[in-house]
Amino acid sequence: MPTISELGARYRSGEATPTRVVETYFQRIETLDPQVRAYVTLTRESALARAEAAEKRLKAGNPRGPLDGVPLAIKDVICTKGVRTTCSSKILENFVPPYDATVMMRLSAAGAVMLGKTNMDEFAMGSSTENSAFFPTRNPWDLARVPGGSSGGSAAAVAAGLAAGALGSDTGGSIRQPAAFCGTVGVKPTYGRVSRYGLVAFASSLDQIGPFAADVRGAALLLQAIAGHDPLDSTSTDVPVPDYTAALGGGIQGLRVGIPSEYFTEGMDPEVEKAVSTAIEVLKSLGAKTEKVSLPTTNYALAAYYLIAPAEASSNLARYDGVKYGYRAPGGKDLIQMYGRTRAEGFGPEVKRRIMLGTYALSAGYYEAYYGKAQRVRTLVRRDFQQAFERVDVLACPTAPNVAFKLGEKEDPLQMYLCDVFTIPVNLAGLPGLSLPCGFTQSGLPIGLQLIGKPFDESTLLSAAYAFEQATPWHARAPALQ
Amino acid sequence: MAQAKITQAEVEHVARLARLDLSEPEKERMRSQLDAILTYIDKLRQLNTEGVEATPHAIPMVNVMREDEVRPCLPAGEMLANAPEREGDFFRVPKIIEE
Amino acid sequence: MTTATDYETVIGLEVHAQLLTRSKMFCGCPTAFGGAPNSQTCPVCQGMPGVLPVINRRAIEFAIRSALALHCTINAGCRFARKHYFYPDMPKNFQISQYEEPLAVEGRLEVAADGTPRRIGIQRLHMEEDVGKLIHEGTLETARASLVDFNRSGIPLMEIVSKPDVRSPEEAAAYLRALRAILLYLGVCDGNMEEGSFRCDANISLRPRGAPDYGVKVEIKNMNSFKNVQRALEFEARRQAKALAAGERIVQETRLWEADKGYTLSMRSKEYAHDYRYFPEPDLVPLKVEQRWVDQLRTTLPELPVARRQRFVSQYGLPAHAAELLTQSRALADYYEAAVREYPKPKIVSNWVLSELLRELPGDDEAAIARCPIPPRNLARLLALIDDGTISGKIAKDVFEKMYRSGEDAETIVKREGLVQVADAGALAAVVDQVLAGNPPAVEDWKKGKKQSLGFLVGQVMKATQGKANPAIVNQILLERLPKQS
Repeated sequence: MPTISELGARYRSGEATPTRVVETYFQRIETLDPQVRAYVTLTRESALARAEAAEKRLKAGNPRGPLDGVPLAIKDVICTKGVRTTCSSKILENFVPPYDATVMMRLSAAGAVMLGKTNMDEFAMGSSTENSAFFPTRNPWDLARVPGGSSGGSAAAVAAGLAAGALGSDTGGSIRQPAAFCGTVGVKPTYGRVSRYGLVAFASSLDQIGPFAADVRGAALLLQAIAGHDPLDSTSTDVPVPDYTAALGGGIQGLRVGIPSEYFTEGMDPEVEKAVSTAIEVLKSLGAKTEKVSLPTTNYALAAYYLIAPAEASSNLARYDGVKYGYRAPGGKDLIQMYGRTRAEGFGPEVKRRIMLGTYALSAGYYEAYYGKAQRVRTLVRRDFQQAFERVDVLACPTAPNVAFKLGEKEDPLQMYLCDVFTIPVNLAGLPGLSLPCGFTQSGLPIGLQLIGKPFDESTLLSAAYAFEQATPWHARAPALQ
Repeated sequence: MAQAKITQAEVEHVARLARLDLSEPEKERMRSQLDAILTYIDKLRQLNTEGVEATPHAIPMVNVMREDEVRPCLPAGEMLANAPEREGDFFRVPKIIEE
Repeated sequence: MTTATDYETVIGLEVHAQLLTRSKMFCGCPTAFGGAPNSQTCPVCQGMPGVLPVINRRAIEFAIRSALALHCTINAGCRFARKHYFYPDMPKNFQISQYEEPLAVEGRLEVAADGTPRRIGIQRLHMEEDVGKLIHEGTLETARASLVDFNRSGIPLMEIVSKPDVRSPEEAAAYLRALRAILLYLGVCDGNMEEGSFRCDANISLRPRGAPDYGVKVEIKNMNSFKNVQRALEFEARRQAKALAAGERIVQETRLWEADKGYTLSMRSKEYAHDYRYFPEPDLVPLKVEQRWVDQLRTTLPELPVARRQRFVSQYGLPAHAAELLTQSRALADYYEAAVREYPKPKIVSNWVLSELLRELPGDDEAAIARCPIPPRNLARLLALIDDGTISGKIAKDVFEKMYRSGEDAETIVKREGLVQVADAGALAAVVDQVLAGNPPAVEDWKKGKKQSLGFLVGQVMKATQGKANPAIVNQILLERLPKQS
């Protein structure tokens, strides 16, 4: 399938039209999605209407920009006016938002076409998309394996060619890890770079929306469209948004790349280690200067995250109570019974676990020992990165210690949590991170290289990733789905 | 064996705070899973954080405010469209009892 | 124990004042009272998935101005926090409030319940959002269901917590009056207790006089007027004293004031310890209250009640009590001063405002003054008509009532109803002659030296002129015409 920039070029040359392309995508979805199960909701009618409008603009010679008529998949955690937004949870199964998230307003303004909403781990809690209340999504490279998570549906849709690009959300790795597992590019922007207004909150101080695309340029184009200050999000910054595609192709001569030794641990998959080490050699061959750096608090980041994220989640998810929207359990004879049953029946096991953990961490007598401590550790994690970035421009490391695993393979919650050990510190520090394909295992599973940047320096990440992509063949591979 | 990090009674207390009705088997499963996670989290004790300030926000910002301007509301019909139960333009909830 | 213990009452007051912003605390919905159910909401104040709050600058400025007026220390940094509990009037099941880092602390308010001023400490002043409104089908106890209206949800509230410095129910009422007056002066709250824009909860405990430790405190809710606050606290102080005298222990609990029945009632909640699980609101960044901002807001403070009262005494020579009554409400004090500017006899204006005007007005708040049918200028003109002899003081009171009913000015009423005082000596002489002719016994009495006869005859002239005669002139003519006293 064409990349986003290729699609744009074909639209402008008249070689392709948005309606035909959107139709083609829906045909592919019809054939392939029953295997992959990336989508929870399809929005065919509105997609075709938008495609037609884009087509008119293209014909009239005034397209809205590089995304006009480009078909996208949207993670079902982003509110879409008039289109149900479920977070892959029973409790929001029938929730239809009366408003659009800011990113949706921006994509609409750019002329992009939403094909549908994608599956995810319930409320973005998980690393495999198995925690969806509806069904698991499959990895397009091996249908017996998971696509990663929590934005597994978006990653799988892009990898399987069921959308030209997608939006996901990343709280502890939920864009980068599935991008790695599915062999796509995924970007988690700096905290505050993209508005969270309309993103159903999991952990407010960590969540960011970001793009998936088949190549770096596509990711850059999507980020360009959604980044920037939003008065509706008090945590969104007014740092100017540079032209992300302008930086592509400039090369990485002299780029200082730090290799954090703590990200090459004993337990990791040797094939991952090998591919990432080779990738670092490629960066060197392109003119980058590498140096070892140390992020000593890395080993504690996961523990801190599993206090902060659940604590915020327990608060954010308190609103699902069967009063205003969403599921209400039948038969509760009084309010307390209704609350307890609604939430017991409406939430899945992982969500309940995190609500319990977070409630516990905030409860009287434990706050300082748990939540307070975790926020101090977070400061140490930030300082580690600050010190490293005094010497280097970007960090390069694996996105995940492993590749896509089989469905049902990780039953123990803690084992699942460990999948995010390399992505979580980036969220705690609010930094931008990017994952792109850097090789495949013997069995043909994609491996991801993670690049981590300074706050608001997505440009450097994108240009380094682009240089790497141009020098390697990995992004050109596609899964053999029929 | 190390002392349990969380007891059954604490699980019940927390479930009540969180308004989650857990079945008996769920409670025990929850207790042992939380216990394992809290045991893992215990490693934070090894880190000395004395004198380290907390980071509630990764990107430090202050004084984000809006002007006091009225914006259009959404019609009651739209705001109530998702209501599990309503009466006229009110949301309706079962009998309120204090705990 | 045979001697009754003498108890000291210890009261702390918690006031929630709705701020007079145009839009809500964290979204642009209007704050107007009384809209149709759920007609003044949006995804933000209804806590929909995905929404985020944004702080209303004016609400913060109102709170800073209030903190300045209450002599608080304004914290250089403050932060919002989430307070968690499940209740259907709270859309997110947490309230955005302030906890460890409130806007201001350590202030004071001077009150004088029995004439001697006392300082009541202010512990803290913080911002929060209001919750929605619940309507029970029947009473809370018997209702099978309740209805929720989120119009009020998200309206900015300022919580002002006093130290346990209040020592009597009267002082509690005086504290609330003084606090309300300050907020009205600042224009940050409309002070309407019935509509709930100025709400009060109280903590009350007793301790043997002189004891160093506080007793077990009881929280009283549901008091929607100053009178009710005082009555509820008086009841509760008696109840606790009786219980203690009987050797019972006071239970820490929340009690509701039943105004109709005149007693407090335990809410009977199992004291299941509240665990609000506060933590810093991650969707809002901290506020850094810079000195420059505070200084700039300080320049916008109006003259506050205490200062104005003192000025009324010194500048207008009013008695302290009158000055106090006139300055309770900024609007009333403004009215008074506007009238004095037009009619510079401050004591006379004070008498008219406090007796005639306040008798007619439904209240002394801004709304009542704004709707007052007699503008200060018209009151001043009425008083001027007495001075220039156009009408008598007695007639003026009737004219005042008519002005209040019709909204017309004094001249119009006086002219139309022919109330102009008769001061024409010629016209009055004719009336005097008639009266003298018609009352020979009185004239006889006068001759015999009965001085009271003069008063009677003046009265007869006034009666004959329907009160319009100028009494001084009548007096003079009568003295000229009456025969010499023997």
